[in-house]
Amino acid sequence: MIDPNWLTSALAQAKTKPLTHLVNLEQPLNIEDYICAGGYCGARKAVTELTPKEVLALVSDSGLKGRGGAGFPTGMKWSCVPSLQDKSLAMNATGNSYLICNGDEMEPGTFKDRYLLEGVPHQLIESMIIASYTLSANKAFIFLRGEYHVAAKRLQQAIDQAYENNWLGERIQGTGYRLDLYIHTSAGRYICGEETALINALEGKRANPRAKPPFPQVSGLFGKPTVVNNVETLSNLPHILKHGGEWFKNLSPNSDPGTKIYAACGQVKNPGLWELPMGVTIRELLYEHAGGMKSGMQLKGLLPGGASTDFLVPEHLDTPMDFDSIGKAGSRLGTGGLIVLGDKHCPVAMVLNLLQFFAQESCGWCTPCRDGTAWAVEILTRIEHGQGTSKDLTQLAELCDFMWLGKTHCALAPGAVEPLKSAMRYFKDDFEQHIKQGCCTYHQNNLLSAKYISKVANNG
Amino acid sequence: MHNNNKNLSSSQVIASAMLSDEKINFRQYLTSAEMKAIEHEVLIMENREAAGIEALKVVQQHRGWISDDSLVAIAQCLNISSAQLEGVATFYNLIYRQKVGRYVIHVCNSISCHLNDYENILLTISSHLGISYGQTTEDGLFTLLSNACLGNCDKSPAMMINDKHYHSLTPDSVIAILNGLSLNVGQYYD
Ligand SMILES: Cc1cc2nc3c(=O)[nH]c(=O)nc-3n(C[C@H](O)[C@H](O)[C@H](O)COP(=O)(O)O)c2cc1C
Ligand code: SF4
Ligand code: FES
Repeated sequence: MIDPNWLTSALAQAKTKPLTHLVNLEQPLNIEDYICAGGYCGARKAVTELTPKEVLALVSDSGLKGRGGAGFPTGMKWSCVPSLQDKSLAMNATGNSYLICNGDEMEPGTFKDRYLLEGVPHQLIESMIIASYTLSANKAFIFLRGEYHVAAKRLQQAIDQAYENNWLGERIQGTGYRLDLYIHTSAGRYICGEETALINALEGKRANPRAKPPFPQVSGLFGKPTVVNNVETLSNLPHILKHGGEWFKNLSPNSDPGTKIYAACGQVKNPGLWELPMGVTIRELLYEHAGGMKSGMQLKGLLPGGASTDFLVPEHLDTPMDFDSIGKAGSRLGTGGLIVLGDKHCPVAMVLNLLQFFAQESCGWCTPCRDGTAWAVEILTRIEHGQGTSKDLTQLAELCDFMWLGKTHCALAPGAVEPLKSAMRYFKDDFEQHIKQGCCTYHQNNLLSAKYISKVANNG
Repeated sequence: MHNNNKNLSSSQVIASAMLSDEKINFRQYLTSAEMKAIEHEVLIMENREAAGIEALKVVQQHRGWISDDSLVAIAQCLNISSAQLEGVATFYNLIYRQKVGRYVIHVCNSISCHLNDYENILLTISSHLGISYGQTTEDGLFTLLSNACLGNCDKSPAMMINDKHYHSLTPDSVIAILNGLSLNVGQYYD
C-alpha cells in the first residue's frame, strides 16, 4: 500500500518535476497506486478523447525535443510517419507501424533513463500507449540494454499489470485500439543505441547502422514505418497530455521547453541526478546540486552531455544547459549529464579512456571509424606514456578530420572526435608537456602522493 | 545451413563450413525447456531470424555459455546459417562464446569509473583471484571481464557480477564481495 505521506509530498511536485515526482527506486508504484497518483490520465485522454492527429498537434505545439542526444523535435519526427500524413489512415489504427523506446543507454556517464525505468515503469508504459496510438502502431518494443536487469524485471511486472487492467492488449479501455508491448533486452553493445543499428539488432541481424534515407519513420523495423524515441523523451507525454503545451513551455525560462533530468558524475562532491527546468547554468548544476569539486580539486574541464560531447572549461560556467546555448558554446547538450574533470587528473589519460571506449564499440563497418579510433588510441597511449612526438599531435588533428561528420556511416566516429578535438584545443599545454618532458606530469604527481600516503600509513 | 551456402560470400562459407556439424540435430540437442522459451520469443517477432539474440540468451541461461554445438543447434532452430548467427553472437559483450566461470565479473572501465580510479579495483580483483581480463580461476568460480559504463556513474567505481550490480567500490569492499560469493558456493554444495 502506498504511503500517504510519501504520496502527498510527491504530488506537491507534480507540476514542477513531472518526470521524476513519482520515482521510487525502492519499490516502484504498482498500477493501482500509480493510477491513484494521477497516472494513466494522459493515456486515457489520448485514446478516448483525441484523434492521433490531435495528439500530434499537441506534442508539436509543446516544442518537446528528443532527449536521446540529438535534440530533434519529437512532433516533427512523428509527422514523417505516412499514416499521419494520409488523412484516410489517421482515424483508425492500421497496425502498419512500430514504436520503439530506446532504452539502450550505453553512453558513458549517462544514467538518467535507468532512474525512470527502475523508478516509475508505469510512466513509460503510459507514454508508449500515447505515442503508439498517435502513430497507429499496434506493436511496440522497449529496447533495453542487457545490463539493466532490475529495470527489465520491474518493467515486465508493470507490463503484466497493464495487460490485466486493460491498458494493453485488445480494446484498450473500451476503445477500438489494440496495443502489444514487448521488452527486448540487448546483450551489451553501444552501437545498438543508434536508431538504425537498433532496428537491425531487433531484427536479429548484426547491429550495423543502416544508410539513411530511407528514414525509419518511412521504412524501419521489418520495412514498416518506425519511430525510435528515448525513454526520457517519451516520459514527458503523459504530462503534456494532462497539463497542455503551454504549461510545458512555461516549465522553462528560455526557448527550450520542459524540464530535463540533469546529472553530474566524475570528480564532484555529490554526484547524482536532478530534474530541473531546462536551461539551468552549468555553474548552478555543478556547484549547487553536485556540491562542487571533490575536496582539494579545481575544475579543469567537463563534458556537458556524455562521452561524445566536446569539452567545456571554467569560462563556460555561466552557459545555460539547453540545446542552443551549449551549441553556441561549442559543444552539445547530448544527454545532459556532466562528466567532470578536476585539475589533479591527467586530461590526456581521460581522453585516452574515452577513445578506448569508442574504439572498442566501433561496429567496424567503415574504415575512418574502425581504423581511426584504434589509431587515435595508439597515439594517445604513446603520448600518455611519454613517448609521443610533435608529429603525433599533427596526426591526431588529421584523424579528427578523417572521422568527422559526413565521412562515416553513423555518428559514432564524429562523437569520438568531439572530446578529442576539444581536449587538444583546451588542454594543448598538457599534450605538449607530455611530449616535451617525456612523461605524464600528473602521473608523476600521483606516484609521489601514493608514495607519500604509504609512508604516512607505515609510520602511523 | 547446408543448401543456402550459395547466398553467402566465400569467407562466410568458410566460417560456416568450420562450424557446420552434421551430427547435430537441434531437436535432440536443445532441451524442451529451451525450445519452449525460444518458440515463445519467435512468436513475438515477424520471422524466426529476429529471435536470434533471445535464443542465444535462452541457451546461455541454461548452459552458462554458447558452445559451437549450441550455436549450430540454435541456427538450425531459427532456420539461418550458423555463420550468420555467429556474426550476431560475437558482436555482443554479454554473449559468451567461451566457457566462463560460475560468476562472471564485469568491471566497468568507462569514464566516470576511470576518474574515480577503477584501475585500483581491477588490480585488487586481479591479484586477489590471480586472473586478468578474459581468464577464469582454476576452480571455475570466477571469470574476469571488462564492461562499458554500467549506468552507475554517480556511484562509481562500479561492477556487475552475473545479474547483480555493485557500486561505490573500495578495495576492501571488493574483497568482501568476492569472499562472500566463494563462501556461498561452498554452502551451495554442502
Ligand atoms: C552511437 C550512438 C549511440 C546512441 N545511443 C543512444 C542510446 O543509448 N539511447 C538513446 O536514446 N539514443 C541513443 N542514440 C541516439 C539515437 O540514434 C536516436 O537519435 C534517439 O534514440 C532518438 O530519440 P529522441 O528523438 O527521443 O531523442 C545514439 C546515437 C548514436 C550515434
Ligand atoms: S561510424 Fe563507426 S560505428 Fe558508425 S557505422 Fe561506421 S564503423 Fe560503425
Ligand atoms: S562509467 Fe562506470 S558506471 Fe558509468
